[in-house]
Amino acid sequence: MSIDTSKVAASNTTTAATAKKPSKAGAAAAWADDRLGLATAMKKNLRKVFPDHWSFMLGEIALWSFVVLLLSGVFLTLWFTPSMGEVTYQGSYDPLRGVTVSEAYNSALKLSFDVRGGLLMRQMHHWAAMVFIAAMMIHLLRVYFTGAFRKPRELNWVIGCLLLLLGTLEGFTGYSLPDDLLSGTGIRAADGFMKSIPLVGSYLSFFLFGGEFPGDAIIPRLFTIHVLLIPGLLLALIAAHMLLLVYHKHTQWPGPGRTEQNVVGFPMLPVYAAKAGGFFFIVFGVTSIMGGLLSINPVWKFGPYDPTKVTAGSQPDWYMGWPDGALRIMPGWEFGIFGHTFPFNVFLPIIVLPGLMFTILLLLPFIENWVTGDKRDHHLLQRPRNAPTRTAVMVSLMTFYGLMWAAGGNDIIAIKLHASINQITYFMRAAVFIGPAIAFFITRRWCISLQRHDNETLLHGYETGIIMRSPEGGYSERHLPVSPARAYSMTARERDELPALEGETDANGIPTPGSRSQKVKAKLATMMYADNVQKPTPEELEEAHHHVDHENELQAGLDHPADGHQFDGHHLVDEEHLRSH
Amino acid sequence: MSDQNSHDDLVPSTFEDEPIANPGLPPHVWRPTDVDPKAEKRAERQVAAFFGLSILCAILFLVSYFVFHVGSDWNTVGGLGASNVALGVFLGGALLFIGIGIIQWARKLMGDHEIVEYRHPARSSEEDREATIAALNAGLEESGIGRRPLVRNTLLGAVGILALPAVVMLRDLGPLPGDKLKHTIWTKGMRVVRDVVGTPILVSDLEIGDLVNALPEALFPTEENGYPEIEGVELQQQKVKAAVILNRMLPDEIVSQQTLNWSVNGIVCYSKICTHVGCPISLNERTTHHLLCPCHQSTFDLTDSGKVIFGPAGHALPQLPLAVDSDGYLIAQSDFTEPVGPSFWERDPS
Repeated sequence: MSIDTSKVAASNTTTAATAKKPSKAGAAAAWADDRLGLATAMKKNLRKVFPDHWSFMLGEIALWSFVVLLLSGVFLTLWFTPSMGEVTYQGSYDPLRGVTVSEAYNSALKLSFDVRGGLLMRQMHHWAAMVFIAAMMIHLLRVYFTGAFRKPRELNWVIGCLLLLLGTLEGFTGYSLPDDLLSGTGIRAADGFMKSIPLVGSYLSFFLFGGEFPGDAIIPRLFTIHVLLIPGLLLALIAAHMLLLVYHKHTQWPGPGRTEQNVVGFPMLPVYAAKAGGFFFIVFGVTSIMGGLLSINPVWKFGPYDPTKVTAGSQPDWYMGWPDGALRIMPGWEFGIFGHTFPFNVFLPIIVLPGLMFTILLLLPFIENWVTGDKRDHHLLQRPRNAPTRTAVMVSLMTFYGLMWAAGGNDIIAIKLHASINQITYFMRAAVFIGPAIAFFITRRWCISLQRHDNETLLHGYETGIIMRSPEGGYSERHLPVSPARAYSMTARERDELPALEGETDANGIPTPGSRSQKVKAKLATMMYADNVQKPTPEELEEAHHHVDHENELQAGLDHPADGHQFDGHHLVDEEHLRSH
Repeated sequence: MSDQNSHDDLVPSTFEDEPIANPGLPPHVWRPTDVDPKAEKRAERQVAAFFGLSILCAILFLVSYFVFHVGSDWNTVGGLGASNVALGVFLGGALLFIGIGIIQWARKLMGDHEIVEYRHPARSSEEDREATIAALNAGLEESGIGRRPLVRNTLLGAVGILALPAVVMLRDLGPLPGDKLKHTIWTKGMRVVRDVVGTPILVSDLEIGDLVNALPEALFPTEENGYPEIEGVELQQQKVKAAVILNRMLPDEIVSQQTLNWSVNGIVCYSKICTHVGCPISLNERTTHHLLCPCHQSTFDLTDSGKVIFGPAGHALPQLPLAVDSDGYLIAQSDFTEPVGPSFWERDPS
């Protein structure tokens, strides 16, 4: 170990871990190793390096909120009764006493009003679920925008997408369990969704509900899915996600000393373990405070489920909002086919569209790789501006998602803005197609402008905000070169190269098989890269610096700090220095 | 030194045609807590103080648990309940302060020397690959799976056909739909009664523009009306299909001939279940006799056979033909003439 620990706080040991006398921790480790033989694996991993950046914390939020979900969920199962058997409510909540409710609803009320800390755990569980899904989504955006999904990490992207899908289903099955009016309306709609599937729809519905809706089987069945099936899959996939993360080693941002071949950061033990472990307590603590102070899913206000009742403003949890929006703005196209009804107005937005969007999401890394033909490993992250088309694709998808989500609240928007719900719906029908296209073009050009700006900064320095007046009376802004570290970070990226076309014709002039797909690829790659701004070559940089030096010479007489008070006699400025970067 | 290097080592850059050389990792800067014993002691006290606060919060959590009652004062403190607020805040504090303390410890007192680890390609070495492929081939060769297609194909067939028992086992999840979705409990002459209370409705009970939620009398069996006992699951299933709304308008407001034929003195009766995905429809526009579903905003025109005039629903709201019995109460002329609720494949599209 060449690490200089001489000045590390004296509360820490200043000697290496292999002390002469075996420590207590050492003895315990030896005991375990005699039986498990873990030392070989742990040798490297205990001090495994993790790079630091705030955006690497997003996935951690998802991980820790999943742990909160497991803990609070186990607590809830101790009281919750997943049954649709009818009982008369006799608990502490006055307004519902004497009402006939299902056992599921009865036990949800019991948890809320007759179990101390029960409401807290219910609300924490619900908040943690929302945070879980939100954190997964933002983590996904981070990974996509920075190119962290590229080889060798494509499979971890796929696992992550599956986690998002399963998390969403887990959320839906979870909030459906209390059998309150709102969640019952959601299940009722889900029944309609299933019935829209051609040929098998009504059979699926009868099998899931154990007969005609609502039946008495759906809550126990959803419960098994919610507490056993999906959590099991989630756990397994999370474990695989983490193992792959450890195996690949985390990506890092380029910077001085940070390259494709190394990873620079703090060792897992002690710093990263402490930070990550501490962060678990923070996520848990914040969830507790949310559970204490922010009311969520007050099922006692909604009342028990009654298939003939509904409340205005019925909406699913936010992550189910976007397909609901698609359902709302879909025109009522229902087709008759040979004496059968095909409810395309339901089937397209709620069965086809989510599946299609999920497939697109899953395939994004493979599509990009197909176009670029890139076979190298990538461990350094890219700034979103340096992959303009990729960034624009995701912003476009985000715009689609956002507009669909807004459409899912068209009634709320109509009420808040005093607008016509019909006009909002017609607007949304067009906006979900036009909006993403506009977003794509704006984002792409914006990224390219930022790339130009970066080159400008590299070649001519950053803008100091100091305006110089020449003897002729002209004004110009003074530029100063950026620090070598920053300049290096800005240029530490690859030049975009169009993939080489494989021979289009063979020796006899006959087109080689697959040359059409080659052409499509070449065209796509051109569309993807052609307008990108490449980093300056050493020659360009050399020339630009030469030019700047020359200009500095010309301005030699003026080469002093200028704060606007040079000539008004307020003070002398000879000793002052501009900030140095 | 295996694969860890001091961070000061300059690492070779990999970017082709590099305009700016990699300046290498910046030198390590000591923190105040590394060089100033006072700052170090202060940080130590801070960390301990955070842990102390956590202990305090945990104790307050225990106190709140026993002091506050949930059931009786659930509405205190902004409708959130004193118990819930106190438990949430103190549990949150107990956890947060542990987290903040540990992170403060890591930032101020633990070594902050960045270290460098070298990456290895995700793929195995060429030798390992070759050895694995050789082992794989040897195994396949010894099994003879390639040479004995009869064995291989029958095995594939046997394993493949196992999917059938797995799927067929799920058959008893529920009964087949049959024609259950096509009929409701409504029959000729059944009284239309108010939901919840089950009292029959006179024509004169309704004002112009009124909307009344109603059910068939068979869902409120008494000795007097003689309908068979119905409860639990079956009651819910029948309720889902049979729920209706009554709306009264001026007879000359009615547009369609069928709607007029099935109405009584301007009173029309429609299924309450949206033909989109099955939400109960409940928002009535009094002046226009339009009915709006709160779930996805499908809007139906009650004056014109329940036609869809806006929104995603695919077909009109089924109308229940009304009549009046000898006592002046509203009754059904028959069951619905088409299936109610969301569309499904077996539904007749006409």
